[in-house]
Amino acid sequence: MRYEAPDTIDAAVKLLAGEAGLARVLAGGTDLLVQMRSDVVSPDLVVDIKKISELRQVKEEAGGFRVGAAVTGAELKEHAKLPKAWPGLVEAANLIGSTQVQGRATMGGNLCNGSPAADSVPGLIAAGATATLVGPNGRRDLKVEDIMLAPRKLALTKGEIVASFLLPARPARSSDAYLRFIPRTEMDIAVVGCGVSLTLDPSGTCTAARVSLGAVAARPLLVEDAAKAIIGTKLNHAALAKLEAAARAACKPIDDKRGTVEFRIDVAGVLARRAALIAQERARKA
Amino acid sequence: MATVSMTVNGKTVTKTVDSRRLLVEFLREDLRLTGTHVGCDTSQCGACVVHVDGRAIKSCTALALSCEGKTVTTIEGLANGATLHPMQEAFREHHALQCGYCTPGMIMASVDLVQRNGPGVDEHTIRRELDGNICRCTGYHNIVKAIAAGAAAMGSVRQAAE
Repeated sequence: MRYEAPDTIDAAVKLLAGEAGLARVLAGGTDLLVQMRSDVVSPDLVVDIKKISELRQVKEEAGGFRVGAAVTGAELKEHAKLPKAWPGLVEAANLIGSTQVQGRATMGGNLCNGSPAADSVPGLIAAGATATLVGPNGRRDLKVEDIMLAPRKLALTKGEIVASFLLPARPARSSDAYLRFIPRTEMDIAVVGCGVSLTLDPSGTCTAARVSLGAVAARPLLVEDAAKAIIGTKLNHAALAKLEAAARAACKPIDDKRGTVEFRIDVAGVLARRAALIAQERARKA
Repeated sequence: MATVSMTVNGKTVTKTVDSRRLLVEFLREDLRLTGTHVGCDTSQCGACVVHVDGRAIKSCTALALSCEGKTVTTIEGLANGATLHPMQEAFREHHALQCGYCTPGMIMASVDLVQRNGPGVDEHTIRRELDGNICRCTGYHNIVKAIAAGAAAMGSVRQAAE
């Protein structure tokens, strides 16, 4: 195995595109190194992207934020403005692993690991984040919900890497929330995860919303019907009941050791309701 | 194979290692610093926690090569000669270990959490911060007590120095 730690994106792309064997990008390494240890993957080339300064920065851009793909969860939490602007996304990224893992793990890695249960991905999808990809043919933007296609399968072409995420500008009275269900209190993989981002008008009516579910299908889902259920309402009982039903209707989960199909579908509705109410409460104060 | 240089417990070391070499293997097998333990090697148990550039990480989940030029502190680097670090002293004083396997990682995680949360860190924060360190015999009660005491002691050491 060859290990390279270039300091520019172009150099990283060149290395990845030029590798005949299996090439992997190393960000925090909290998934990749464990998979290498257990012989799930045996890369011929590992390209460490942590030395590329562009990928390690959070910058304000167009009224929103551009977050480098290799920024760690701990750095998101310690940022002066992000936790206030996107509390749900920051808490999703900081549910991954333990304190020491949060000091390493990144949202770029969480997405590109290609797990349907990744915690930060529903947070990014709910936020309406756009990923900027850099590859041998230049740069392109893709919505985060269009990147993961199936477990371990991404819409990235050979040599392409996720460079950053753009969190859009948003009006006053906007906020978000992320909740996940696990049988323990920490250090576990989501049985169901749900991110909700919404905007309220001065009267408290929801004018925009995005709802995303994780671990209930082959890929994290953007559930437009669930968002429609609460847009134009003040999240009253009827709207929340519709939200729950729409969240459950979108689920196509599997049975596994962490949860059954029925349980996941049921919990998806519960989490969607609770996350929407938390986001509403935060938006009132935002 | 590739060459890597880093500062470990104040000393500069340079070795030629396999590119798949994990930091914990480098510390234990190449440098013979066996105070850092391996419990699971999948980032769960926390026995391998060390500080890299002042921040706690799990050394089973970092490549040695990725630590090029970095400053690493292991459990062996905490004491000042025969004088234990206040956190080590607190673990001994409060009987915060039985088998001792998790202790190096616990102490390195504790020092990091006190550096970030201050010497007055409360019990709730200590318990939450220990989510990545697993003890399978003592139970966490005395560990939490030791960390609170060690945190206060680290605070007074710092005050005395100032």
